[in-house]
Amino acid sequence: MTRPNEDEYARQEAEIDELYREVILDHYRHPRNRASIESPTVSRQGYNPLCGDEIVVDLLVNGGVVEDVAVRGGGCSISQSSASMMSEAIVGRTVDEVESLFGGFTAMMRGSDDVDLDLLGDLEALMGVRKFPVRVKCATLAWHTLREALQELTGGKA
Amino acid sequence: MSSQNVSEKPTGPLDVGRIREDFPILGRRVYGKPLVYLDNAATSQKPRQVIEALVRYYEQHNANIHRAIHCLGEEATAAYEEARAKVARFINAPSPECIVFTRNTTEAINLVAHTWGRANVGPQADILLTQMEHHSNLIPWQRLAAEKGASLRYIGLTNEQTLELDGLDELMHDRTRILAVTHASNAVGTINPIGRLVKEAHRNGTTVLVDGAQSAPHMPVDVQAMDCDFFAFSAHKMLGPTGVGVLYARRELLDEMEPFLAGGEMIKRVTLEGATWNDVPWKFEAGTPNIADVIAFGVAIDYLTGLGMENVRAHEMEITDYAMRRLRQMEEVFIYGPPDVADRGGVVSFNYPDLHPHDIGTILDREGVAIRAGHHCTQPLMRILGVSGTARASFYVYNTLEEVDVLVEALGKARAFFSNDTP
Repeated sequence: MTRPNEDEYARQEAEIDELYREVILDHYRHPRNRASIESPTVSRQGYNPLCGDEIVVDLLVNGGVVEDVAVRGGGCSISQSSASMMSEAIVGRTVDEVESLFGGFTAMMRGSDDVDLDLLGDLEALMGVRKFPVRVKCATLAWHTLREALQELTGGKA
Repeated sequence: MSSQNVSEKPTGPLDVGRIREDFPILGRRVYGKPLVYLDNAATSQKPRQVIEALVRYYEQHNANIHRAIHCLGEEATAAYEEARAKVARFINAPSPECIVFTRNTTEAINLVAHTWGRANVGPQADILLTQMEHHSNLIPWQRLAAEKGASLRYIGLTNEQTLELDGLDELMHDRTRILAVTHASNAVGTINPIGRLVKEAHRNGTTVLVDGAQSAPHMPVDVQAMDCDFFAFSAHKMLGPTGVGVLYARRELLDEMEPFLAGGEMIKRVTLEGATWNDVPWKFEAGTPNIADVIAFGVAIDYLTGLGMENVRAHEMEITDYAMRRLRQMEEVFIYGPPDVADRGGVVSFNYPDLHPHDIGTILDREGVAIRAGHHCTQPLMRILGVSGTARASFYVYNTLEEVDVLVEALGKARAFFSNDTP
């Protein structure tokens, strides 16, 4: 194996900083929408067997619009901040819009270049996770749980 | 977080400097940093001698075993069976016929659950396990219990994650058919009092399976002194290749057990109507086995025997003691398992409050330090501990006190990284 040069070290440091962008750490330290919803339209639990992370997503959906969302659970900074950021991104959106966000976010995590970053907004901060393949599932756990909740709601049509 | 504590070179039981020269992988760098491999409970690294044995086998002796009428076949068969004899000597089994090669510990335990278990565990039976079992010594028994309508019972844990043996009498009774227990915990390091457990189980007429995946690589094991009925372990955690596991069983048990897998090699006489089984242990080794890796495993055993398992154990105790002392100096760090190194293997499992083990693992990885972060295939135990996982450093013959210093320093970096409130 060749020894990386100084630039390489700098690049690796930068990758860690990219993974743990300040906005991510902020969501980790101060997670949004943590409380549960009293009578959610749908509630779904997600589990990552790799690391034992758990997420519960509560949704209040009215007339095809996500009026309220709550996420809670335990896990690493990436899974918890991703859940927090997701909750902010989907409130007030229609189910169809949430579906597009899901598609865009998971495409970004798969490393696709063809992603509408304007659509994703702040979620783009999680792009650095792509450089850490074992952590991608942490970032997508909340989103997959959300999607299962929506599918439950629409009888599998979402 | 500079390491003021000067760590003396291990003057102890092993010549670690020389040992390290045998492991090519220890010379590589990870992200530009020297590799500090502390994930030995997951799998160990392999010495050159074992790697060369694999190459030598394929370059010089490769043939199928037990049937060939040619020179290569005889050589391969002799080497394969010699490895079986080495394994028997290594754990002081009464004879090589008590040694069955499997793919890994998991398969060895499944073999017992499927064959001995199906024949001996009925609807009224209890299966006794502990709350610290690896999934591999849990799920096979859960499946057996579900199939047979048997009941699962568990020996609980103390606050130091040792087995709660008060009340064992009530857990073990005349319907307890088997006790399946780990010798040493992969998740928290606890070494269990197997001698006492076997004694009480046998007095009760209960058969005992010991999961030795974390003990055989790290300490002297004598299955006759232990008096267990089954003992299972894996080659890849003890300098050997992946794909080889060992099931030791008392001879009379193997004789009465039905085969696990059926096919070639495990039969004696076959007609269109049926077949008779081969002798023990070949009755349990259907199909072409993992010849090359078994032979190389024999070389790994030679290597460990050369070091002396007492010395291996003493070395790991020294490192574990040092690691625990260094970690205890770090505020906030919580270490699981018994406090005395005499009661634990070379596994140190720990957590920070509010710092997830995966985040620790990622930062450490970038410092070249490989640890395990997660539930360690012991989800029930993690639930009892009230955590989703732990960070785990686990040591072996080639690890040094200096590497513990690197670990501690990297942990300091991880702590600092996540507690920094300004961008």
